Order: sequence, then structure tokens, then C-alpha cells
Amino acid sequence: MRWGVVVFPGSNDDRDNLRVAERILGDEAVALWHKDRDLRACDAVVLPGGFSYGDYLRCGAIARLSPIMDAVAEHARGGGVVIGICNGFQILCEAGLLPGALLANRSLKFVCEITNVRVETTDTAFTYGCRAGELLSVPIKHGEGCYVADETTLAEIEDQGLVVFRYADRSGRVTPEANPNGSLNNIAGVCNAGRNVVGMMPHPEHAAERLLGGDDGLKLFRSVQAWVGRDSRSPRREPTVVPGP
Amino acid sequence: MTRPAVTVDTAVGQGLTPEEYESIVKRLGRTPTFEEVAVFGVMWSEHCSYKSSRHWLRQLPTTGPNVLQGPGENAGAVDIGDGLAAVFKIESHNHPSFVEPFQGAATGVGGILRDVFTMGARPVAIMDSLRFGSLEHPRTPYLTRGVVAGIGHYGNCIGVPNVGGDAAFDAAYDANILVNAFTLGIAPADRLFRAKAAGPGNPVIYVGSRTGRDGIHGASLLASASLDALAEEKRPAVQVGDPFTEKLLLEACLELMRTEHVVAIQDMGAAGLTSSSVEMAGRGEVGVVIDLDKVPLREDGMVPYEILLSESQERMLLVAKEGSEDAVRAIFERWDLQAVVIGRLTDDGVWRARWHGEDVCAIPATILTDAAPVYRRPAEEPARLDELQALDLRSIREPADYTQTLQTLLTSPNLCSREWIYRQYDQFVGGSTVVRPGGDAAVIRIEGTRRGLAMAVDCNSRYTRLDPYVGAVIAVVEAARNCVAVGARPLALTDCLNFGNPERPDVMWEFQQAIAGIRDACLALGTPVVSGNVSFYNETEGRNIPPTPTIAMVGLLDDVELYLTPWWKAEGDAIVLLGRTREEIGGSEYLAVVHGQTRGTPPWIDLEAEKRLQRLVLAAVQERLLRSAHDVAEGGLAVALAECSFGGTRHGARVALEGGMRTDALLFGESQSRMLVSVRRKSLSQLRDLARREDVPCTVLGEVRGHSVVIDGLVDLPIESTRERWRRALERRVGG
Repeated sequence: MRWGVVVFPGSNDDRDNLRVAERILGDEAVALWHKDRDLRACDAVVLPGGFSYGDYLRCGAIARLSPIMDAVAEHARGGGVVIGICNGFQILCEAGLLPGALLANRSLKFVCEITNVRVETTDTAFTYGCRAGELLSVPIKHGEGCYVADETTLAEIEDQGLVVFRYADRSGRVTPEANPNGSLNNIAGVCNAGRNVVGMMPHPEHAAERLLGGDDGLKLFRSVQAWVGRDSRSPRREPTVVPGP
Repeated sequence: MTRPAVTVDTAVGQGLTPEEYESIVKRLGRTPTFEEVAVFGVMWSEHCSYKSSRHWLRQLPTTGPNVLQGPGENAGAVDIGDGLAAVFKIESHNHPSFVEPFQGAATGVGGILRDVFTMGARPVAIMDSLRFGSLEHPRTPYLTRGVVAGIGHYGNCIGVPNVGGDAAFDAAYDANILVNAFTLGIAPADRLFRAKAAGPGNPVIYVGSRTGRDGIHGASLLASASLDALAEEKRPAVQVGDPFTEKLLLEACLELMRTEHVVAIQDMGAAGLTSSSVEMAGRGEVGVVIDLDKVPLREDGMVPYEILLSESQERMLLVAKEGSEDAVRAIFERWDLQAVVIGRLTDDGVWRARWHGEDVCAIPATILTDAAPVYRRPAEEPARLDELQALDLRSIREPADYTQTLQTLLTSPNLCSREWIYRQYDQFVGGSTVVRPGGDAAVIRIEGTRRGLAMAVDCNSRYTRLDPYVGAVIAVVEAARNCVAVGARPLALTDCLNFGNPERPDVMWEFQQAIAGIRDACLALGTPVVSGNVSFYNETEGRNIPPTPTIAMVGLLDDVELYLTPWWKAEGDAIVLLGRTREEIGGSEYLAVVHGQTRGTPPWIDLEAEKRLQRLVLAAVQERLLRSAHDVAEGGLAVALAECSFGGTRHGARVALEGGMRTDALLFGESQSRMLVSVRRKSLSQLRDLARREDVPCTVLGEVRGHSVVIDGLVDLPIESTRERWRRALERRVGG
């Protein structure tokens, strides 16, 4: 398959995502320049982490206005896979492609550490190859990763099983101590109703090689391969959703 | 334009001495203009000219078979095989960080990053070496929080991982903290860019941020003079960082450097446009003419003096090939940056600055660089040193409860975990980090190769205060030993020499001693100094910091998969001490924390024994004998045993120690040239053979076992709860 990784001014993890797609998965991967309007026939688009436009306004607020974002939105509307990681997640929320918003961490400090995230649903482009309830060890590194939504939206997200990942402790329990940033319901990642757009704060591209500390994140990239490659004529899999927090 | 009349007082106001002014008048054969005096003021400042240190720095070994670039450029470079170079340097940003901790520290990181990518290298790792005052001092928590946040802000935003460093707290830094930042980048070995201008007629191009009124005299006033009680009033002299612009500048410069358009390039750091253009011209022995009215400005009404001296961040000056102007401009515009031709190289050797066609400065470039004064300031051993070095062991009462003492040490400011600091730094970006902060040294893999690089930073200022020569030797060998502990062969180092006021003979003596120590250790280990920085005038109201020659060592792993960490790996492995423990507690953390004293002499160091230990460990790594390795350093053997038990696996240790010496020295003494390793039982005899060959004592202390650290008859420490207190101690003290 063919991956596209958008490069905004201030993107930092673009090279890491390209490396995973190309060198580890052996797929085709191209960098998509923010000023372009063409996704160059990519099957999946990744909005990488970083500080687009310095994040001097709200995180992602300017990047969502980039020319490339029209094409990304259209791709998403057509059912194409769009993955937002960290700053990419923030941009997708700003662009209205995902529900909710990301605020400054409760600690008001940037936090970099390895977290455990629990896979809440396997019926999304990014978790298609995971087991429901599976624990993945994936690092976070952000200053503004506290996921929030208004009450109605939050209820909808939970009811429709749009929560994709939650921060959990080593034994998979969703506890306040396991929540690194104050996110509501320990939410680490969500998807859209079509389940083809997924955003998450943790960085699977930084958990893709054993030499660098672990490769749990690879399961998510492989999920996209499986999702893109699935036979559209076969009956849709029944969603597997872990009940609430 | 009205020009102020220039007198000797003008010169003194710009930081020059009357003698220096006299020499300027004589060399120019006329009275300088006001702008020229200002330019001499910054170029001949301690920070830019190294006038008090230059003579002594010549003693340092700077060459070697791997050295591609030694001191004198933006950064040093060593060959790391596979056609690649490691480009690195450490630099101080002490006074700005004391005056405004967040921006001061942030711009320190920004500056050192520019030094590295100016050489054509993509920065892949940052480290920071920090010295703060006592945690009892009311200002220390504020400064610590601000500095750490500032370092994190810049590195996180520009997307270079912070992989290691060190931090220490000591009342001696209450009024003058140290913020030293290190960056390492990777470049093709045959495409290193240098700051040597060539080719009269070639355009001089200004790229990056516009010039503002910020940071005027940052180098000459802040970094070349002592601080005083009014330090906070100097805030306007601290620059403000914009890591986003620097990220664009980084990507645009690296893109440009893949083309053939660049002749020379230099970061506009201290003394901004002045020093970058003067140094490029001076190194290339050419002249240059700069049209100050073409410099992109942030605000109206700026005058030549301000444009010449501004230290606005995120700016670069480059010399391109004639005719390449449009190509250069196109690359920068793609990144939404401007590139403006502001001058040309000339063949008359004169550094000329014009304002609307009229010369405001016209100085032969070599007068500004090569003719800068070199001082051999008087040096004298401080009188109080003998008294400090005296330590009567009989007066030191041994603790009754060693478990309690070990717990006290593990939660003390200098021995507790640094996690609160590095948790605020992105350690993952770039996808190269193999060993993250918390180990003996950081390890990164070199993309596209099997190799890895290790890096560690070190300086124990209790040792340097008690004996600057021995302290400096230990700083070098310990940084090297830290690289060896992760399995890397030390290659070369960069130093950041933080000292007090050089006009004081005792400070100058300390400086000379430290240089001699670094020299001797480098010669013994075969690790040259390839770059560095001198920071004098770390003095506030007559109080000087202890000598702090910070050493950052870089090592190479031929096979990165062989890297080691300090943490126990499996129950039943043998725990082995390599090296000899002597009865010495002088200058130890134990003596300071438990007995409230910093005195005695630092640990004995035998460079031959050190070399043998390092050779032994590297040989054992090659033979794949070791499961873990940890340098025994501050806090001694007991603290090292605890640290090895604090890894993710939570394995404990059960050991017995015999020494025929005081128990406190056995447990907490900081004897040098020791390594604590764990090995499979079946590898023991092979390790013993290697140790015998290198004549290094090899003692089996016990084994990896259980969930406690047990030292027979002395210590029984549960890991889980102790680790939690060790981990949280700094956060509790610094707050928030």
C-alpha cells in the first residue's frame, strides 16, 4: 500500500512515520507538503506529531487551514484512512474530523514517558489487527494532551464506541493514576463514526523497533494495512467494543 | 546622522580597558568611530575573544586519527565510519539563565543547535548539564523549574531528542547557576561546512528571523562580566527564542547544503551580525562589505549600533557562490523564510559596514580577530586549599544504621532520580534513541548502519573545588567510563569550562590546574578535545563558583545491539565488582549529605588503572560476557547496587562486602576506576581470565536475587518503596 505523511512547517515525527512505513513495513511512503492540494494517490494519510506553525495559537488551529487539509478531509469523507498522532490528533479535532479537543495537561507540564494504552475497539482502521482489551506499551510526549468534550459529545463518543484507546495501568485497569494528562475517561484516542479516521496522543511510530524499546506500535500500522487490504465485498465484521471506562 | 564623539570613556562603556582602546587607536592609526568601538567591545570581549584562556587552551590535545574538525569552527567533528561524521559541541548559557531562566535556557539550546547544523549536520541528540544552588535557597526551585521548562520547550518544539545530561545542587551555585547545553549531529564526512569565507564578489546572504533590539550586549555584558544584585534588571539583554523559526531554518539550511551553492556559513550567535561576518572574513583572509540598511528589521528606527550588536535569535549568515542568489532565495522561500543579500566579499581584507552608502566601520578584519589581546593573567594557589583538604577520618562518626543512611542518600538532591527533569523532554523524536536518560550514558543508533553512539556528560564540583587538577582528570575519565559502561569506545570530547572571575589569581590558578587535568586525562585515554567553550566571570558579588570543567564525551559502538544498561537482567546472575575500593571518603556525597562537610582530597585516580579497567570492560562487551554494567560513582558501591535494582524488572541484589576498612568508606566511598557488572554464572571464569590479563581486581560480591538490596549484616532495603521515594524526591523538593 501507499502511505502519505503530511509535512507541516514544524512537523517533527514525519521522518519517523515515513521510516516505519518504508523501512519496517516495506510499503511505499511519500511526504506530502502542506502547500500541496494532492494526496498523490495515497491509501492512508498520517498527520504526524510536532509543533505545526509553532503551536503559538491553539495546537493545530493554523495547520487545519493548510491547503493540503481540504484533500485530507475529502479523503476522510470518502472512507479513506486518516491517522492523526499527537499534533496530528489535535489538527483533526480542530478540523472537525474528530470529536472533542485537546487542552494543556493537568500538570501544566510537558510529559514524556512510556504509557500503557488499552485497545477499546478493534473495528477501526488503526486497531483492526489488535485484540479487544489488548495492552500496548507506547510513549507519549506532549504538553497539550488532555482530551475533553462536552457532556453530550462525550456520551455520544462512549455510546457509539468511538473511544479507541484508554490509558491503563500495567494490568489493564483504567485508573486515575494511569492517566498522564487528565484526559476525560482516560481517553488516549478516538475515531470518527466511519471508523476510518483515528486520532491518538501516544506515538506508535516510536514503538516500532525492539532496539528502540519495543514494537507494540507496529500492530497499529499493520492494522491499517489489513483495513486497506480487506475485501470490501465480504460482510463487515461485527464491532468488538470493550465496555466503558 | 550625528555621530557621538569618541573618547576613552566611550570605549570603557563598551567593555574595553583604556589600554585596549589605546592599542585600537594605534593599530587603526586614527580615532575609531562610535560603531567601531562597539564592534571592538564585543569582538574583544572575553566571551568572543577568549583573551584570558586562549594561551592555556593551546595545551589541550586536539588532534587524532578520527578528528575531522578540531576547535575553532562552529563545532568539532569526528569520523564514525560508514562515511559519516559526528558533529558536536557543548556551550554555556549561564548568566542569561540566571537572569531569565526559561528564555535563557531555551536560547542556550537554540544556539548550540545552530552551531551543529551550521556544519551541515542534522542534530540528533541534546544533553544538558545543570548546576543549581542549594534546594534550601528560596530562588532555586524557581530557577530549576524555569530552566528545565526552557530546555524542554526548545528541544521538544524543534524536534531533537534530549537523551541525557546531569544536574547537581550545591549552595556554591546559589547566585550563579550553570546551564550547559550539548548537541550532536550527523553529517556526511565529506560534506562538512565551515565558516571560512572565500571568493571576492561572492554575495553575503542573511537568512532567518528579522533583527530586533533584543539581546544587545548579551555576550559582552552578560557573559563577560560578573553578575550583581541588579541581575534581574538585565533581562532585556536576554534573547527570546523561537524554536519554530529555527526548525524552518534547520530544514532550509540542510536542504541548501545538499546543493553546491554555499561557500561558507555561520550562525549569528554572540555579537550577532558583527562576529559572524568578522569571523568568516578573518578565517578566509578576505574583506567584506555589509550594507546595514539592507538587514531585515523587526522595527523601525533601529540604528547601525543596534543592528551590529543585536543578538536576535534564529539568524544565519552565509556566503554563496556568485549567481546562486536566486536559488538560495527559492529554498528559503519554500520554508517561508527570507534570504536577503546584504553584502559582498572583497579582496582588501577590510571588514566594512555601511549605512546608506556611508562607511560606519572600516577595520582590517585581522585586527578584530588575530590582534585581539591575549592575557596571561597572574595565577596563585588559593590560601584556604590546604585547610579544605585536611580531613581527619577519626572525627567522622560512622552511622549506626546503614539501611537508614542509604535511604537518606538515595533521596538526597544529588543522588535521587532525575526523572522529574527528563520527563519534560522529548526523548523519542527522531527514532534513534536506544538508551534514554537514566543510564550511565545515552545511546543512539546511527541510521543506516550497525553502529551506535554513546554520550555522557560529567563534572563533580566537590572534587574540582578540593583539587581542580584531580577533579578535572576525574571529570574526563568518568565521562569516558560512562561511555564504556554502555559498551562504547570513547572517541573524543567537548568541554565547557565554567569558572569564576579570571582577573582573580586564585580563579586563574584553578583554571590552569583544570586545563592540565583535562590534558593529562585526554592524553592517557587518547580522546582529543574537538570543541568547547569557556565561561568566565561566574561570580556574583565577589563570590565565585567552584571550578566546573564540564566534560561531554562521545563514544562509538561498532555494533549497537551490544549496548548495555545498568539494570539487573535475571535472577541468579553473579554480581561482580571490577576495580579496587580504597578507604577514602574525601569530597564524597556521603560526607556532604550525612556529615555536612565538603573537605578532604578527592578519590585517588591512577590513569593506568583506569585505562586497564576500560579496556577490560570493552573486551568483556565484545565477548558478550556482561548482562549489565554500571559505573560506581557518587554515593559509592551501596548507591550503585540500589541504582542497578531500580530498572523496570525490579530485580534485587544479595551481596556480601569485605574490605578491611571503615564500613562507611566501603559502602559510600567513591573510589575511581570501578565498574559494577552482572554476568551469567557460566561466564564468570572467562571474565576472571580477562580481568587477570588486564590486572584489574575482579570480586564476586553476590547475586541478583529477590526484591530487596541486601548487603549482608549491613543493609536490607526493599526495592519497590525505596524506588518510589528515590523517583519522587526531586519533584517533592522542586515542587510542581
